[in-house]
Amino acid sequence: MVDLEQYLPILIFLFVAAALSALFVFLPMGVSRLTGAHKPDAEKLSEYECGFPAFEDPRSQFDVKFYLVAISFLLFDLEASFLFPWAVSLEYTGWTGWSAMVIFLGILAVGLAYEWKMGALDWQ
Amino acid sequence: MTEFFQSLGLTYEWAWGLATIAGILLIALPLMLSVAMVIYVDRKVWAAINLRRGPNVVGPFGLLQSFADGLKVFLQETIIPSAANKGIFILAPIVTFTVALAAWAVVPFSATAVLADINIGLLYILAISSLSVYGVVMSGWASNSKYPFFSAMRAAAQMISYEVSIGFILVCVVLFAGTFNLNDIVRAQEGFGLGVINAYGIHPLLFPMWVMFFISCLAETQRVPFDLTEAESELVAGYQTEYSSMSFALFWLGEYANILLMCILNALLFWGGWLPPIDWAPLYYVPGIVWLLLKTFFFFFMFSWVMATVPRYRYDQLMRLGWKVFLPISLGFVVVISGYLMATGHFG
Repeated sequence: MVDLEQYLPILIFLFVAAALSALFVFLPMGVSRLTGAHKPDAEKLSEYECGFPAFEDPRSQFDVKFYLVAISFLLFDLEASFLFPWAVSLEYTGWTGWSAMVIFLGILAVGLAYEWKMGALDWQ
Repeated sequence: MTEFFQSLGLTYEWAWGLATIAGILLIALPLMLSVAMVIYVDRKVWAAINLRRGPNVVGPFGLLQSFADGLKVFLQETIIPSAANKGIFILAPIVTFTVALAAWAVVPFSATAVLADINIGLLYILAISSLSVYGVVMSGWASNSKYPFFSAMRAAAQMISYEVSIGFILVCVVLFAGTFNLNDIVRAQEGFGLGVINAYGIHPLLFPMWVMFFISCLAETQRVPFDLTEAESELVAGYQTEYSSMSFALFWLGEYANILLMCILNALLFWGGWLPPIDWAPLYYVPGIVWLLLKTFFFFFMFSWVMATVPRYRYDQLMRLGWKVFLPISLGFVVVISGYLMATGHFG
């Protein structure tokens, strides 16, 4: 059974960190209103595009490569998360565990080779 | 520390709570202070290598430059662009900085000085550092502006690409140490090299892993030569373009906190952490935290050194390095290292 009490300081740390960050964001907003630095106008609040009004919607279509990278990342990061428990228990699983994981890695290496050959990893 | 508060006549629960809060502040506040100083060091090293003087006006040797910058930024107006998604826009720097701080909860500063000595510390750091992509993507999307959007796409793809090889490299270290607990990983390095050197990094199989880890750290924290997300000539200031005031500064603080985390991970995982470099009794009289901070500072110096000397990569070269060089090599090394450890009877 995992002792969850060890994780309580982390949870408190998260709350303290979030509170500190929120303070850093909202306090200057208040201070600038007090000091008179807060003077927004339409030009100041327009989005930045080299000094002229934006030509088109910034959220236009972007390259499908980014989706490919994200999908490859999912695959290989999942693979890495399989490796973590295997790495700490290799002592107990021995050669059986080792050869099983090598076969698994071999299958994924074939996947990587296929991806490579199909040009999914190339950027022009 | 709990005992100290108990000795003041508090019950155990209150003493524990106060000790935890004190511990958190003892990590977070010095961390922010050291981030300010480290920005100064970064600029000084960069200047020295370029034969310039660097910041030298505010305070002795310009030591107070970062605080002056901080104060100036603090008093500025916070601009929220009218086209932006306001909620996400404000939330993005908060997420970035919270995540950058939260990873420090499990870092052991010496054998006993650790806030949460959990048995999966390394996994926790890996999980938290993956979350830092969210701050970047949120800021890029919420700005509703062209350059931040492109920059955020680039940054997200870059960070997740190098995270894969970092994961495999960490598996190699875990194979040697047999644990995820950062303190135990450091202890496992005691006398590792020929019985005298306290470091994993000198092992012929782990040294190439450390080199790859160091380069991946540069890419993961978007440092030169992989700072394509902030390529001024193409993307203005990257995903922070629309930010101002302290929200802008939080991205910088978060970035440097992440860089320091990567430096301290280099020290902890490969170069003996809070152990002295050589397993020799008199060196153990120096407190562990001094060794750890010296090593961390050395790695930060290397980060600055790289920034001052190396030109920027091209984006296709960056992705090629991540997916076609580091990923296959680290994958191969996992097999080689685990096979080597099995064959040499490391697991007894």
